[in-house]
Amino acid sequence: MKFNDFVCTSAICADLQADEKEAVIAELVASLVESGQVSADDRDSIVQAIMKREELGSTGIGKGVAVPHTKHPSVDRLVGTVGVSAEGVDFNSLDGEKVLLFFMLLSPPDRPGDHLRALESISKQLRDDTFCKFLKQTKTAEDIQLLLEEADNNQFVS
Amino acid sequence: MKSMSEQSTSKEVVITNPQGLHARPAHAFVTLASQFESQIEVIKSDESVNGKSILSILTLGASQGTKLQIRASGIDAAEAVIALTELVEQGFDEVETEAS
Repeated sequence: MKFNDFVCTSAICADLQADEKEAVIAELVASLVESGQVSADDRDSIVQAIMKREELGSTGIGKGVAVPHTKHPSVDRLVGTVGVSAEGVDFNSLDGEKVLLFFMLLSPPDRPGDHLRALESISKQLRDDTFCKFLKQTKTAEDIQLLLEEADNNQFVS
Repeated sequence: MKSMSEQSTSKEVVITNPQGLHARPAHAFVTLASQFESQIEVIKSDESVNGKSILSILTLGASQGTKLQIRASGIDAAEAVIALTELVEQGFDEVETEAS
């Protein structure tokens, strides 16, 4: 699976403002609402579902990366976005590091396979230090989009 | 020649939980693997990754029914393989919940 298959480019957040966990999740969900991926009526319910998932264990998987996610009936296909925080957010990560890179995933309740393949793609790219370094340095949504396109074209992973 | 303490052992397991090896089971696996001194590898066909790294395990994208080889090398290799095999075979104690 490629980033292009699930990342909504108009919802990419190059400069996340929030500095704590629930606020950054709300900011990412808000960008999905603004880009028309989910309805404003579902915003609070999605944020709560993602927070509930975080209570089971942080999705801050280390190296400054988090993959906050949930299943939600408001989406009928896998929908995602990417956010970068310059300052980093305390996300109770497994390695204790602040999180700079966020990959948010919303899946329809009956499609575990797509979610798993998205996690696979994200983690494969993140294994590449150059990709991580470049992503943390990006300043605009266009830069992020370009970087994801390059990743989709296998310019990082050999 | 390898000494007795440098044992290596492996076992094949099948992913049984419907959601596959996603973030939470990967976390559970790594948490358990990290309690052992041995090096732990998880192998899917010809791909081998570090069993103590969540990021590495997620790269396998192992769905329900996927066959994996768990290999441990070190002083507590046998115990590690038994414990990790059990974790996978019992489906990571996963129950169907809204948030996964």
